[in-house]
Amino acid sequence: MEFVAAHDLDEALAAKAEQPDAELLAGGTDLMVEVNLVHHRPEQVVSLRRIAELGDVSPRRIGAGVTWSRLEHGDHRGLAEAARTVGSPQIRAAGTIGGNVGTASPAGDGLPWIAAADAAIEVQSKARGPRVVPWRDFFVGVKRTSLEPDEIITAVIVPEDVPEAQEFAKVGARNAMVISTVSCLVMRGDDGFRIALGSVAPTPIRAAAAEEMLNAESTITEAALDEVARIVSEEVRPITDHRSTEAYRRHAAGVLARRLVERSLR
Amino acid sequence: MNVTITVNGEPRTADVVASESLLNVLRDDLDLPGTKDACEQGECGSCTVILDGEAVCSCLVMAADAEGSEVTTVEGMGEPGHLHPVQEAMLAEGAVQCGFCTPGFVVAGAHLLETNPHPSELEIREALSGNICRCTGYGAILRAFETLSEEGT
Amino acid sequence: MTTPTRTHVTGGIGTSVRRPDGVPKVTGNFAYASDLHSKDMLWGATLRSPHAHARLVSLDIGPALAMTGVRAVLTQDDVPGLPLFGQEEQDQPVLCDGTARYWGEPVAIVAADDEETAQRAAASIVAEWEPLAPLDNPERAADDGSTFREMKIRRGDQNAVGTVVVEGVYETASQDQAPLGTEAGFAIPDGSGGLDLYVTSQWVHVDHRQIIACLDMEPDQIRCHPAGIGGAFGAREDISLHIHVAMLSLATGLPVKMEYDRSESFVGHVKRHPSKMWYRHEADADGNLVKVTARLLLDGGAYAHTSRAVLANAAFFTVGPYRCDNVSVDAQAVRTNNPPCGAMRGFGAVQACFGYESQMDRLAEALGVDPLDLRRQNAMRGGDPLATSGQVIDAPLPTIEVIDALESIPLPEPLASDDPRLLPGGTGLTTPASKVVRGVGYAVGLKNVAFSEGFDDYAEARVVLTPAGVEVHTAAMEVGQGLVTVCQQIARTVLGIENVAVVWDDTSHIGSAGSTSASRQTQMTGGAVHAASVGLRDRILEEHGGDELRNDGVYREGKRVATIDEICGGGPVENLVRFRHPETFPPDKNGQGDVHAGFVVAAHRAVVDVDPELGLVRVVRVDTAQDVGKALNPQAITGQLEGGIMQGVGLAVMEELIVDHGVIRNPTFTDYLIPTFVDAPAVESRIIEAPDPWGPFGAKGIGESPTISSTPAVVAAIRAATGKALTRAPVRPQDIVGI
Repeated sequence: MEFVAAHDLDEALAAKAEQPDAELLAGGTDLMVEVNLVHHRPEQVVSLRRIAELGDVSPRRIGAGVTWSRLEHGDHRGLAEAARTVGSPQIRAAGTIGGNVGTASPAGDGLPWIAAADAAIEVQSKARGPRVVPWRDFFVGVKRTSLEPDEIITAVIVPEDVPEAQEFAKVGARNAMVISTVSCLVMRGDDGFRIALGSVAPTPIRAAAAEEMLNAESTITEAALDEVARIVSEEVRPITDHRSTEAYRRHAAGVLARRLVERSLR
Repeated sequence: MNVTITVNGEPRTADVVASESLLNVLRDDLDLPGTKDACEQGECGSCTVILDGEAVCSCLVMAADAEGSEVTTVEGMGEPGHLHPVQEAMLAEGAVQCGFCTPGFVVAGAHLLETNPHPSELEIREALSGNICRCTGYGAILRAFETLSEEGT
Repeated sequence: MTTPTRTHVTGGIGTSVRRPDGVPKVTGNFAYASDLHSKDMLWGATLRSPHAHARLVSLDIGPALAMTGVRAVLTQDDVPGLPLFGQEEQDQPVLCDGTARYWGEPVAIVAADDEETAQRAAASIVAEWEPLAPLDNPERAADDGSTFREMKIRRGDQNAVGTVVVEGVYETASQDQAPLGTEAGFAIPDGSGGLDLYVTSQWVHVDHRQIIACLDMEPDQIRCHPAGIGGAFGAREDISLHIHVAMLSLATGLPVKMEYDRSESFVGHVKRHPSKMWYRHEADADGNLVKVTARLLLDGGAYAHTSRAVLANAAFFTVGPYRCDNVSVDAQAVRTNNPPCGAMRGFGAVQACFGYESQMDRLAEALGVDPLDLRRQNAMRGGDPLATSGQVIDAPLPTIEVIDALESIPLPEPLASDDPRLLPGGTGLTTPASKVVRGVGYAVGLKNVAFSEGFDDYAEARVVLTPAGVEVHTAAMEVGQGLVTVCQQIARTVLGIENVAVVWDDTSHIGSAGSTSASRQTQMTGGAVHAASVGLRDRILEEHGGDELRNDGVYREGKRVATIDEICGGGPVENLVRFRHPETFPPDKNGQGDVHAGFVVAAHRAVVDVDPELGLVRVVRVDTAQDVGKALNPQAITGQLEGGIMQGVGLAVMEELIVDHGVIRNPTFTDYLIPTFVDAPAVESRIIEAPDPWGPFGAKGIGESPTISSTPAVVAAIRAATGKALTRAPVRPQDIVGI
């Protein structure tokens, strides 16, 4: 195996330009599971752990190398709440938001926040420099993204208008260290409500119809909240697998959305 | 490839399969079998070590990526006659049964008390929720850390 | 047994002395089987069936043999002796015999210079399969007569009827023991054609019997050594990689190590039987049980293992710790193409308890009485016959006392916090306190101790006095439960000598201790150590004319008459005992007879907070009262009660092997969920001491009871909170929501 321990971004981009098939290693919490469990043997690996600039974080730009344990105490309430539910303390100390974005699991705990914030993914390549990809264009399927082979995820770009009122919730089959069955993130801002969900479709999604209904209401009544739950349950596209059923996921998605909208009003 | 890691204060070099885990390097190449292998996917905490100041699962650290790092394992926490307070408290409270999870609890628990010397019950439970114990039901482990929390370390 | 308890020996019975293996375990120095290695060793790996049921059309091991570093590739044709193994019935091929009968069945084994090469070589073997339809439905297996055992229990008036009748159908899922240490073994050739084997085990002698038969070897050619174990809970009572690692070592003449990873461990050991149970309880208007009718169906999977004994336990405990004169039980353990099942903590009693305690709650509701009062009213006591077999309980059975003690534990304060860690869903922040409903549930469970049905159950122990101290020799497996400490405590107390070491002997140096299962070792190996110590002490006292043995010698009327060196003048003094419990008998054709050697009763009360809308549960606390006979080591007892409860909670709310057409869909710790620190309830326990007639100092085996009634107590609490029937364990969120 060829291993590049990149010390800065240029070094990593150069390595990736030279070896587009090289696998990227940050916290190792996804790649090493593949190595250990399915005896995956990567031929080329570029480690990003030593690149200080990927660990930079500001309210508008979250470096891809920022770990969940740092995000737990970060500026964005919804993201901090989501960070607290990622794996275990040991996983949060190693795993990064960039890794979550790159793996693009439907159950990625950080992804509903990115969708609700209408954040974008900053990627860079040696050949073409940086580009910023809106999240909707970045996540294209189950564990599939529009990242080009020579590119590296460098940051999550947070729009200026991201509301401060943010509420996250995640249902899992145990009360800690669990993969989400359904997760939901609600933001309430001047432009109205935003509802994003995870584990209910191949990618993180926004509940557009529910948002539209809510944002047409002048006051949020109990009836409107019930309607949010109903519409969200219909909007999502979950599957039945060994972690849950389609019916439960639909139901729980609606309940979470309703509860978080209510919580955001307090 | 060769990697050099400072383990329990001592620089150690080993010829390793680059993609294998730090856990394997510790156990198979550096003759430090105290760190335990129970799931290899970061879901049990048995392999917890301190890597550059953070408690992490050594099964998820790529050997090649550990080059130049400082690692503390259970073997570096204390030894017979000079036990770490966490080790002593776990023995006193009967928090050790089969003992397979114990090295992970010792390392993760010592790290917890370094960052938070007086954790509450809920803080102890949450901070150690990445360490699975199948024998004790966690009651004796909780009592051990509550004692440590009261005393401060 | 009326041995006086010495008061001047420290570390004797009744005290919470520390484990002798504690310091090695906290410092990482304890050698588990998976830690064993040598420089020249090879690694073994296993090719497994990708089908639950398939015919092996062809097998080409050529690609593996051609790989550099591969030293041996073996198939069923290479098994030197009996090609089948099994603890009770030898029906499982050592390696696939042409038909795979479960997903993950071993097909071929490889030894290579390193672990990775061994795994790659195993994967390179080309197996051509013709998939066959798996028999994955246990009810169809029952209809087809595909059974390991069928039992019929008929007691009393089969035409008896009650005025209040409740019926229910209950199911429990398959549970994995999930010990943290996976299967591991190390085989070392002895240079004379034999082997020393170090394998994670609960019973080295029963392993040994099967291994020598398959290897076609004389007993003394293979020595099975007790090896360090990371938990067991039943998973290690049957053979896993033992024969494979031995075959590879014999074939290569080199030491061989095998170690399963977690996913292989899930297919590499037997599990708890999933069950379906049809129950009908009839009572008179005053609430006295008149008749219990039940049909029990356990899915044993592809091979027999201990299914026959598990079924017997489920059947004999169909009614639980209650008096009932008229009983009808039909029980079957069926053979399917699902993962093989065998021992797990509670061994059949877990499934039945979920059924009968769910029924007792239904009956209480139908009668309009308090569920605990109904249990007290019908409680079986010493002197009563067991409802199923009619065996009269010839020892105190404090059923009412455990219920009373449990009830005396104060209930927790109502939920008064918004801290998410105290709410269902935890830090997932799903549930506001306002959405939480609390429920309280109770259950009482009954379990036998040691082996039943006429099995020749014994444990051997040798107690040796040397000038350096006392050695207790045994082959009884210490799996974490603390037998090592209890053996020391018993020997200290009887001999009056503090310095006691437990020495594990291999199969060539001592006879069987029996299995570390069935809650039996404290009573059986503890009983052997007690008897051997008493015999040794009495002999020494007699020889030296003393009346007391102490650390430094024999005393008469307070004066020393012989030092330890003088006692050992002619070399170590020892006593070997083979200890048996009172004889048991096979049941007659109606399931009647003195089938069991002893009984333990326990009760649990669960308090849960439920979010009914999302179906999420937080188990707030599970309190317990249990009969322990005599508390030899109170701290170790607490550890068993709390640890067993957690496994019961696991089965109640999350633990389930999801098997689909015979394939396990969740063989990882990501998806087979075990309670974490956050999920573990608070526990308060009350210990009741109703001395056992034959346990050392009156002690009873206690390991399984905590797991038995904790599951139905938790489910009862969820029912109380939600009003849902919840007839299946584990209770899933969708069951509570009702979708």
